[in-house]
Amino acid sequence: MARLDDRTREVVFRTEGLTKTYDTGEVQVHALAGVDLELYGSELTVLLGPSGSGKSTLLNILGGLDRPSGGRFWFREKELTNASDRQLTRYRRDHVGFVFQFYNLVPSLNARENVQLVTDVAKRPMKPAEALDLVGLSHRMDHFPAQMSGGEQQRVAIARAIAKRPDVLLCDEPTGALDSHTGTQVLATLQRINDEFGTTTAVITHNAAIRLMAHRVIRFQDGRIDRIEENDSRLAATEIHW
Amino acid sequence: MHAMDLKLFRDFRRLWVQGVAIALVLAAGIAVIIMSVGMSRALNETRSAYYESNRFAHVFASARRAPDSLLSQLRDIEGVAQVETQVRSYAILDIPGRAKPATGLLISRPELGEPLLNVPLLRRGRWPENAGETVVNEPFAEANGFVPGDTISVNLNGRKRGVTITGTALSPEFVYTIGPGALMPQNETFGILWMQAEVLDAGFGMAGAFNTVALTVLPRTPLEPVKDAVKALLDPYGAATPVGRDAQQSNAFLDAEIQSLEVLAWVLPPVFLGITVFLVNMVMGRIVQLERSEIGLMKAVGYTNWEIGLHYLMLAALIAFLGVGIGWGVGSWLAQAMSKLYAKYFDFPFLVFGVPLSIYALSAMLGLAATSAGALNSAMRAARLAPAVAMAPPAPPNFHGSTLDRLADLLRLGQPTRMILRSLLRWPLRAGMTLLGMALAVSVLVASNFFPDAMEEIIDTAFYQSNRQDMLLLFDPDAPETALEEVRRLPGVLQVEPQQYHAARLIYGPYEKQVPVSSVADAADLARVVDGDGQVITPDPFGILLSDRLALALHVGVGDTLTVSFESGRRETFEVPVTGIVTQFFGLGAYFAHDTLNSMFRQSPRVSIVNVTLANPQAAEAFQEWIKDVPRLTGTINMTENRISFTDTLSNNILVATTVYGILGMIITVGVAYNAARVQLSERARELACLRILGFGKGEVAYILAGEVLLLAVLAQPVGWVIGYGVARLMTEGFTSDLYAIPLVLEPATFAQASLIVLGAAVVSVALVARRLGRLDLIAVMKTRE
Repeated sequence: MARLDDRTREVVFRTEGLTKTYDTGEVQVHALAGVDLELYGSELTVLLGPSGSGKSTLLNILGGLDRPSGGRFWFREKELTNASDRQLTRYRRDHVGFVFQFYNLVPSLNARENVQLVTDVAKRPMKPAEALDLVGLSHRMDHFPAQMSGGEQQRVAIARAIAKRPDVLLCDEPTGALDSHTGTQVLATLQRINDEFGTTTAVITHNAAIRLMAHRVIRFQDGRIDRIEENDSRLAATEIHW
Repeated sequence: MHAMDLKLFRDFRRLWVQGVAIALVLAAGIAVIIMSVGMSRALNETRSAYYESNRFAHVFASARRAPDSLLSQLRDIEGVAQVETQVRSYAILDIPGRAKPATGLLISRPELGEPLLNVPLLRRGRWPENAGETVVNEPFAEANGFVPGDTISVNLNGRKRGVTITGTALSPEFVYTIGPGALMPQNETFGILWMQAEVLDAGFGMAGAFNTVALTVLPRTPLEPVKDAVKALLDPYGAATPVGRDAQQSNAFLDAEIQSLEVLAWVLPPVFLGITVFLVNMVMGRIVQLERSEIGLMKAVGYTNWEIGLHYLMLAALIAFLGVGIGWGVGSWLAQAMSKLYAKYFDFPFLVFGVPLSIYALSAMLGLAATSAGALNSAMRAARLAPAVAMAPPAPPNFHGSTLDRLADLLRLGQPTRMILRSLLRWPLRAGMTLLGMALAVSVLVASNFFPDAMEEIIDTAFYQSNRQDMLLLFDPDAPETALEEVRRLPGVLQVEPQQYHAARLIYGPYEKQVPVSSVADAADLARVVDGDGQVITPDPFGILLSDRLALALHVGVGDTLTVSFESGRRETFEVPVTGIVTQFFGLGAYFAHDTLNSMFRQSPRVSIVNVTLANPQAAEAFQEWIKDVPRLTGTINMTENRISFTDTLSNNILVATTVYGILGMIITVGVAYNAARVQLSERARELACLRILGFGKGEVAYILAGEVLLLAVLAQPVGWVIGYGVARLMTEGFTSDLYAIPLVLEPATFAQASLIVLGAAVVSVALVARRLGRLDLIAVMKTRE
């Protein structure tokens, strides 16, 4: 099990006073109210917090899906605060892997082709079969989403996310739609990727049990970081139950 | 307002672009119904009213010279109600201050009282009271600016006589007034002159005799026996075969117009209504799918299945209201434009009645039926959905592998392309209907745009290949061939060529047609017979040459022996072999070689027509001034003017028609392509947003969205060409009558133009939808389940 010290101290993400305000007509919602944060290379971070605490908003901004209202943020040395649409698309294509709560597989493509969707446009991807093998689905490659269980679909989604060898893996409630047993399988997959490839991984959850597998746990409250905890002794995903 | 009604209107407002796109397709169908069904009804009713009030005859017959004593025998024919006899003759008119001569049809008025049948309606002035007066038909007066009191001179069998115009009139016999040999009304140079009987009796030696008879029959009297009896009575006096209304020239043109309106009504509206059904079906299907949870909720709070089903039917009905409203407006406008056109070409004493209200009601019902039929399936699905099922998200669409996969592997197709192809296979019916819809748009354009090409061919064949003369001089009765020499000596004349025309009955077994048989001069150069391929055909000296439509009507082929019964000269009957069949667009032509016809008539060579070419326009003027004084000349046809007016009229009408059909084609394409792309976007929004998150650019995502619709648009082209060819064929057959035929001329450019318009409209529609890709909410995708 990787120790905290194993992490390189390379700063992958840095934010400075990041704010995000949603204008919903009559009320203004401050989803992020000034976040200063650094995420390090090869680190597995769990972002914990109740609904509306700002964790998803932060992840969206880091993943290049949304823009901050104020503050600045960097991916490695590159500032992305004011990046154009085209630059953000490029950034997502080259560096970021996403895992969603609801898998978001393309129903008209089978498992292999869903992965291929990404490998076709990535710079130095692994083979789709290799990615599916990593998530333990080499025997289900020709199945379509409608022919797979939720856990399997989520693992295809992870394979799709990692197949391009992303620098960062951003997971929004990856086990939210799964039962405990299937959920741990998915977490184990994520942990394995993190261990083997050193992919910087951020996992959003409001399931506190998952914090036990993280290097660091960042707790959110009202759009701010409440506190950051470092795990001296991490559990393997398979040891986690809820 | 009920919450459900509010939802209805808000839903419609949200869907308005799609709603309008469908409503326009429906509106096109409704407009064509209003215009074609409405105007054919209106023409029919106007005509019936006119015929009824002015006692238009049922049977028309003519003879060379029949004694008045026959009148009582004609009246005694069983079933005959009224009989009217007249003297009629063509004559050259000299209009003061104008070089160009005109041709007049002189008609006698009874010495006492009013005409019984085909009663002319006095429009201005008074009827003639002495031999020096005449009433002319209104269009002729208007075209020449005549007012009562004006004087023109009439060549009465070689003697010129000045007559004073005392008034103008219209007659049910001349709703479509067309002179001998003309192709369309030329009111400036052809007029009807009603004169006192004594003038014609004296001028043409017809005292105590008549040469025209019209009859009406009692209700439910079969016409054939009456015609036969008339024929039998008149036969000794040089009768032509009596005809019914169907062969009366003016009425036949009206019939042809009504027929072509009916063809339009049968061909176009079903296409538009069919596409409406499909589009409503596609869009409503998607809406019900999207609103599953709302349907579940409505059911949970107590709405009945019926109320929910009705709710979706009503949503479709709103589209119908919009479409019918627009269709009524456009249809009324089109009908009005047609009325104006009819006012120009048809001489009715009153305005053509408007579109009957019942047609508006019928079209609205058809519109509502179309949208309801389209929405029915979805409405029933919504009604049948169990609440618990409705609240749960739908199962993901079930895709399977297929043999196509191997093909895709082989072709190394990318994933986006695979997504497009699998979607086509997953919903083959929808893909097929979308394709068919766009193919129909292509076909409408092909089927309408072939008209200009067809017309060009008609004009070319009729005016530049077959008839190359500047003028035709008509003689009645036929003149000795020395007339040819006399004309040749006139100033400015370059070429002359003789021609003969004789009325004849052609009989083959049970089939019979009455047509003018004409002669073709040896080595003819001015009046030739030219077939559809532009080849000059010379009649065989030992047989008859028939136009294809005449051969078809008589069921004869080359080699068959035809009975030709002439109705002039010695009125002899011959058995002649059909030696050739030629494709022709105007009339039902039958031809003999000139010398053959002379020998059949056992006469020294004669001419009915002298075809003339002139050196130059200056010569034409002098020539025209001169021919006003030629005795026995009964009419002239100025082919140069014919060409110009025909070409002008046609190119005008064609421009209008091509524009209208172009718009219709675009409406269909936009309706189909825009809605197909919108439904695609709605179904794939999540998928496409997800691809954007995964790093696909807008263009790549747009490819998937646009690809399917545009692929279908491309595949639709050849299908549309084939359907268009078929429709064009049907339309040419539908428009074909004894008067004319429209050739099926389809140039590659017609197909290309149709495809360009449809593909262009498809690209624009899809681009409009693709713009919405910029508004995809990438974040919502991660948070929500469809």
